[in-house]
Amino acid sequence: MAWLFVAPTLFLLLAINIFPLLWNIYLSFTNYKANAPNRPLRWLGLRNYERLLSNEDIWASMQVTARFVFWSILLQVVLGFALAWLLNRRFRGHGFWTTVIVVPMMLSPAVVGVFWTYLFQPQAGIFNYIVNFFYDFGDFTMIGDPDLAMWAIVLVDTWMWTPFVMLICLAGLRAIPEYLYEAAEVDGASSWRQFWTITVPLVLPFLMLAVLFRGIENFKMFDMVVELTSGGPGSATELASIYLKREAFEKWRTGFSAALAVVLFVTVFGVANIYVKLLNRVKER
Amino acid sequence: MSALDQARSIVEPTPFSRRLAAVVILVYALVSSIPLAWIVATSFKTPSDAIAYPPKLVFTPSLEGYVNLFTARTRQTPEYLASLPPPETWYEELVRKRNMVITGPSRFAGRYANSLIIGFGSTFFAVFLGTLAAYAFSRFRIPLKEDLLFFILSTRMFPPIAVAIPVYLMYRQLGLTDTQLGMIILYTAVNLSLSVWLLKGFIDEIPKEYEEAAMVDGYSRLQAFRKVVLPQAAAGIAATAIFCLIFAWNEYAFALLLTSGLAQTAPPFIPNIIGEGGLDWPAVAAGTTLFLLPVMIFTIILRRHLLRGITFGALRR
Repeated sequence: MAWLFVAPTLFLLLAINIFPLLWNIYLSFTNYKANAPNRPLRWLGLRNYERLLSNEDIWASMQVTARFVFWSILLQVVLGFALAWLLNRRFRGHGFWTTVIVVPMMLSPAVVGVFWTYLFQPQAGIFNYIVNFFYDFGDFTMIGDPDLAMWAIVLVDTWMWTPFVMLICLAGLRAIPEYLYEAAEVDGASSWRQFWTITVPLVLPFLMLAVLFRGIENFKMFDMVVELTSGGPGSATELASIYLKREAFEKWRTGFSAALAVVLFVTVFGVANIYVKLLNRVKER
Repeated sequence: MSALDQARSIVEPTPFSRRLAAVVILVYALVSSIPLAWIVATSFKTPSDAIAYPPKLVFTPSLEGYVNLFTARTRQTPEYLASLPPPETWYEELVRKRNMVITGPSRFAGRYANSLIIGFGSTFFAVFLGTLAAYAFSRFRIPLKEDLLFFILSTRMFPPIAVAIPVYLMYRQLGLTDTQLGMIILYTAVNLSLSVWLLKGFIDEIPKEYEEAAMVDGYSRLQAFRKVVLPQAAAGIAATAIFCLIFAWNEYAFALLLTSGLAQTAPPFIPNIIGEGGLDWPAVAAGTTLFLLPVMIFTIILRRHLLRGITFGALRR
C-alpha cells in the first residue's frame, strides 16, 4: 500500500534524474559527441578527467564562480540580516513592506537578467544615471567592462536574493524567546552585549541554512548571468555552468563536458554534506 | 507595577528605534522597487523615449510596446502606405505612423501559452504525485524513509546543465525534444522534490487521530485519505501548487536547451524580441511586464507560506 503511493514519484525521479546521471557518468569516460552520434565510440578511461583537472580555462571559471558565490552571499548575509533585524522592530505596516521587499526573489532569473541589461545601459540606463547623479564617474558600463561585470552580476543577485536571507533571519529572530533578553536586562548586560551573546548565536543556525541554500543555488547559477552578461566580456563572468553549457552545447564535446558535470555535482554534494554536518553541530550547541 | 512589567518595557523597542527602523526599511523597499517600476514604465514608452538620455521620468504613455510585442510588422514606403485604405483599428493606426504595416501576429502569444500549458500541466502532476508520496512518507512505515526523503531532495542539487546533457540525448531518442509533453514530464520531475517535502510538512500537521477515527467508523484507508486528509490539506496543497507553478513558469536552462520552437516557453523568447536596429526595449519591457505580473500577484497570495516554500519546508513561520 505504502509503495503504491511512493512508487510513481520514485519511478519518475529514477527515470528523469538517476538514469540520466548514470548515463552521464558513463559518457564521461568516452569521447562521445552528441552532434555526431554515429561516430565510433571510444572508451577513454579517466582521460577526460585528467584533461579537465589540467585545463586552465576550467580553473579560471571555477575561480569566477568562487568569487561570485563569496561576494554575493557575503552581501546578502549582511544586508539580509540587517533588514530582518530592523523588520523585527514590528513597526506599523511591517508586513506590507516585507511583501514589497520580497518580490524580486520570486521572479524568473533569466527575465531579471534581461531587464537589468537595459537598466545597466551606459546611456539610457537608469542605473548609470542614478550612480552619476550622486557622484559623477563619467561614462562606465557595468556589463561591458571586464572589471565591473563581476560586480554587475553580484549586484543583481544581491538585489534578487537579499529578501531570501532576510526572511530566514526574520524567522530566526522571531524564534528567540523574549525571556532571554529580559534575564540579560536584569543582569545589566548592555544591548551591544545582548546582541552578540543572544541574538547572533541564536540566529546563526538560521543564517547558516540560508547560506547553504544560496551557496548551492549560486554555485549552479546559470540563467540570470547568461542573460545579463552571457559570461562576458571575454570570460570575466564565465561561471562553471556557463562554461559547461558552451562545452556541451556549442563545442559539442559531450564526453568531456559530462566529466565536468560529474566534477561539479560531486563538488556541490560533498561541500553541502560537510556543511550540513557543521550546521547540525552549531544547532546542537 | 511588578519588576517583570518594567523589564518587558525595556526589552520592547523604543518608539524612536521603531520609527528609525521603519524609515530604513521604507527606503530599502522603495530603492529595490525601482528596477521593476522602471520596466513597467518602459513598457508604456515609445522606442525613442526608451533610449533617451537623460532617462525620461515623465513621458507620454503609449501602447506601442504592447502592439509591437504581439504583432509582426514590415516597413513600407510612404507611397505604398498612402495607397492603402485607412487603418481600421487603433493599433494599425499606431503602426502606420511609424511607416509600417502589420503582417500578422508575433510568436509571443504562442510562447506565453506554452508557458501556461507546461506550467499548469507539470504543476498538476507534481502536486498529484507529491501528495500521494507525502502522505505515505507521513503516515506509513517505509524502510529507509529518511534516506529516500534525502534522495528526493538531493535531485534538486544537480546543476540543471549537468542533467540537461543526458536528458537532451534521452529526449532525442524518445522524440520528446521540443514537445510540450517532454517539458511537462521534465518539470514534474524537477518539482517533485519541492512538492513532496512541502506537502509532507503540511500533512504532518494534520492529527493522525482524524483518519483513525474515520477508519474506526468504517472508512477504508483510501476513503479516509480522500475525505479526511485531502480537505484538511487543501490550503497546503494550494500553496505547494503555486510554488511549483512559479518554478515551472520561471525555468530557463532546460527550456533553452530542450525547446526551440513548438514548445518554447516565454523566458528564452523574451530576450529575442528584436526591433529595427537592436532590441525593441518597450516590447521587451511589455513582455517582461506581462510575464512577471502573475508571479507578483501570486507572491502576495503566498506571503504567509513564503518562508516554508523557499526552504523546502525546513522552516515554518
